[in-house]
Amino acid sequence: MNDLTFTFAGHTLRALGSGALWWPDQSLLCVSDLHLGKSERLARRSGLTLPPYENRDTLARLSSDIAHTQAVTVICLGDSFDDLASTQCLNEAERLQIAALQAGRRWIWIEGNHDPGPVDLGGAHLAEHSVSGLTFRHIAHPDGKTEISGHYHPKVRLKLRGRSISRPAFLLDKRRLILPAYGTYTGGLRSTQAAVSELMGVDAMAILIGTHPQMVPMPR
Amino acid sequence: MTPIPARITDWFTTKGWSIHPHQQDMFDRAMDPATLLIAPTGGGKTMAGFLPTLAELSESAPEGLHTIYVSPLKALAADIRRNLRGPADEIGLPIRIEDRTGDTSATQKKRQRVDPPHILLTTPESLALLTSYEDAQRMFHGVQRVIVDEIHALAESKRGDQLMLALARLQTLGPTMRRVGLSATVEDPDAIARFLARHPDPCQIVQADPGPDPDIQMLETQELPPWSGGGAAYAIPAVLKQIKEHKTTLIFHNTRAQAEVFFHNLWLANDDALPIGIHHGSLDRQQRERVEAAMVRGDLRAIVCTGSLDLGIDWGDVDLVIQIGAPKNVKRLVQRIGRANHRYNAPSKALLVPANRFEVVECVAALEAARAHDLDGDPRGAGPRDVLCQHILIAAAAGPFDADDLYREMTAAGPFADLSRSQFNDCLEFCATGGYALRAYDRWQRLQQRPDGMWQLRDPRAAQRIRMNLGTIQDTDTLKVRLKRNRGGKPLGEVEEAFAATLTPGDTFLIGGQIVRYEGLREMTVEVSRRADRKPKVAVFSGTKFATSTQLSDRILRMFAQPDWPQLPAHTAEWLALQRQVSRLPGRERLLIESFPSDGREHLCVYGFAGRNAQQTLGLLLTKRMEETGLAPLGFVATDYATLIWGLDAVTDPRPLFQAETLRDGLDTWLAGNAVMKRTFRSSATIAGLIERNTGGQRKSGRQATFSSDILYDTLLKYDPDHLLMQITREEAMRGLVDFGRIEDMIARIGDRVDLLRLDRVSPLAAPLFLEVGKVPVKGAAEERLLAEESARLLQEAGLAP
Repeated sequence: MNDLTFTFAGHTLRALGSGALWWPDQSLLCVSDLHLGKSERLARRSGLTLPPYENRDTLARLSSDIAHTQAVTVICLGDSFDDLASTQCLNEAERLQIAALQAGRRWIWIEGNHDPGPVDLGGAHLAEHSVSGLTFRHIAHPDGKTEISGHYHPKVRLKLRGRSISRPAFLLDKRRLILPAYGTYTGGLRSTQAAVSELMGVDAMAILIGTHPQMVPMPR
Repeated sequence: MTPIPARITDWFTTKGWSIHPHQQDMFDRAMDPATLLIAPTGGGKTMAGFLPTLAELSESAPEGLHTIYVSPLKALAADIRRNLRGPADEIGLPIRIEDRTGDTSATQKKRQRVDPPHILLTTPESLALLTSYEDAQRMFHGVQRVIVDEIHALAESKRGDQLMLALARLQTLGPTMRRVGLSATVEDPDAIARFLARHPDPCQIVQADPGPDPDIQMLETQELPPWSGGGAAYAIPAVLKQIKEHKTTLIFHNTRAQAEVFFHNLWLANDDALPIGIHHGSLDRQQRERVEAAMVRGDLRAIVCTGSLDLGIDWGDVDLVIQIGAPKNVKRLVQRIGRANHRYNAPSKALLVPANRFEVVECVAALEAARAHDLDGDPRGAGPRDVLCQHILIAAAAGPFDADDLYREMTAAGPFADLSRSQFNDCLEFCATGGYALRAYDRWQRLQQRPDGMWQLRDPRAAQRIRMNLGTIQDTDTLKVRLKRNRGGKPLGEVEEAFAATLTPGDTFLIGGQIVRYEGLREMTVEVSRRADRKPKVAVFSGTKFATSTQLSDRILRMFAQPDWPQLPAHTAEWLALQRQVSRLPGRERLLIESFPSDGREHLCVYGFAGRNAQQTLGLLLTKRMEETGLAPLGFVATDYATLIWGLDAVTDPRPLFQAETLRDGLDTWLAGNAVMKRTFRSSATIAGLIERNTGGQRKSGRQATFSSDILYDTLLKYDPDHLLMQITREEAMRGLVDFGRIEDMIARIGDRVDLLRLDRVSPLAAPLFLEVGKVPVKGAAEERLLAEESARLLQEAGLAP
């Protein structure tokens, strides 16, 4: 998969086609909204038994991005787990896989609204975290400056000569960068929805992820 | 055998009617476990079905449900209630007759469960819902008869499979229930009889006198039909003339979009302001009901319609049926023609209007088939297992069940007679745990087996959700269309979400015969105004595009083999003769492929005659194969009879492309990521209960908050490709939109008899394909390239460097 290099608050960053953010200067990989344990939570709550493979798929993609970047620091930007009980339900193989990914690197779990407390897995648990002037938090702060967040699962829809495509996207303006959801079972909120569009400045751009990430002015 | 009670024969006499032989026949067989009546419309079919009920109730009318009548349409159930009330009162039967459909009030429904009427008129969905209640036993234990109306139509879809499973359940609850099916003319009555009867009960077929043969002609027009397209605008003056000469005309179209365009054009040419209405399934219910009411009052001279009027209410005064566009299927044509002239023993009158030159051939072939009583149809496949899964959940909602008993009950339903125990077990496992190779839900099973072996819902509250998601009719993603007003304007109908996405404010489109201007999207509603300043776009409506049937395609190929064509209009016969002169006419035993340059590109035209869906699939598979072998295809277009592919290089040896193995391999990999498969998966997953349409009263608003079923499909494909739902999806796709079965049939038939003809320019038969809409660009890199172009354009527009 290709990536797309862009500048945010004076730093050179890359949007990976998978939806992860790569900061080469800091050797830092950031992913948001993994929502591990979503199918298990749905079964528990509603009795629906969706294919229970999303943890496997999400972790496989994360492993591949880590192997590719050799990141020294990994930040999971909140809502890493669909709820706190979900962490109890990871199977042994999944726990081992997470442990293996954590080995030899700094790993930070940022708290999200779905997973507001610590989890019994390795790594540090923080409400937010700053690196070289950039603040990593789950939900964008109204007064946030140079912050990187997730939460909204942004998506962008474009009309291309009679065809319409809709893909998860990074959103960015001068003040903030919002990451798309990385988890396999995650939906999205269109950039035209007020919750997102009112947050972003008039000059906001969107980076659609996929085989070849592409940047466009954010549709409103 | 008891005679018909005197009260009833007297009633017939006072009406001046006599009992038809088939009505007597049906009465004499009243004690049979199952009987199928095949009768034309207007043959007193409904009375034939109800006569034994009225007779039995005239002797004694004990409390409780005696007869259930099931129809595919809510409106029909209400109509029958009115039509039955009269005779019951006049004969002097103090019986209660009530309908129960999605439109019935909650109070009424509740009362019906406590104190059911003697005769209940309902739909398959409402009946299935009734069987899901804990008190179903009390309601149904005394039921004596069930009448399934329009069973030929129900048998064509999963609604029929659902109904037969519901009847199997009713039979368990009320073991003395007898079954009656009422059907229009069909090609294989035995198949419908097997479908209806409890397996392995016998089912006698009663054939009513079919009446005189219909009078079917091609409509003669001054103008020649065009080379392509489906609008038939050229025929408007001739159609208007026919409307004037007849009392009431039904004008059938194959698609809703065509009906809209035709109605619009008809209205523009309607100088005498004849009252003409439009009726199709995407129009708002109130609009449709208004048209129906006007029709019943005899206020309308014509109705432009689609399959939405294939069934149902007896209009009475229709004296002409016009079919616009080739009928694609002879059986449907014959059934539609039966809508005209409901007076028994008078011939129905019908006119066919080909929409383009090729359809002239197809219409003549259909006409000959109809005159020869040569009906077509594909054999019904085995009962679909997604419907079975839904019924397992319905059974669980009604109360704990024993798996052996349920298996026995379900295999007594005709469509599921061949279901093996292991197939049943897979479905039960799916309902209980999801049936995944990775056993993740042992703690959270939906169904659990109790220590005594009975199965039940883990969480009894799930019963409510199961009931809310019951049914097999899939709504595509449609958006309501309303006039823009302060407090919500008048509803006009609905359009597909994908079509709405292509609209920008100011665009105009046709709906319900009027041109409207797109103003914007508010919540999930398309708001429009009645201004029309531009040529309208054609809205995309959900609804199937039928493929020409195998039998009709064969007939066309046989016609091509004739030395000349006296039965065809001269212009069309000359066209075929020219094709024979410069190339060849396609035949049944050989596959004709033409290769020619045109407009700087190489073209390949494959005359498979496999129907639109299969030719489309063939186009996808061939272009994929061509891309792999470096033949640089650029795109293709498919019709019912051919696929035209264009690209950079000429194909010199087509045989490697047409090997069954190669195509099948291509199918497996191509199918995997295909949108058709994902749509099929979504439909089956919803029916089987993996995805919920309705949660807690509120409908999911499209795909916004939730992730799409496509993701579930991709996940299963990757990690559990043999999962039950993936098996079901593949089965469905084979016969539905992918229709690979017909490609396999074609390849088996032609073997290696592939004729590639190199021509120096486009052939007469291939020429119309250039004008076809629905060209498919070859995918793969295409979408990425489009996106890159768009990104560069937008950045430039915004004054940014790409």
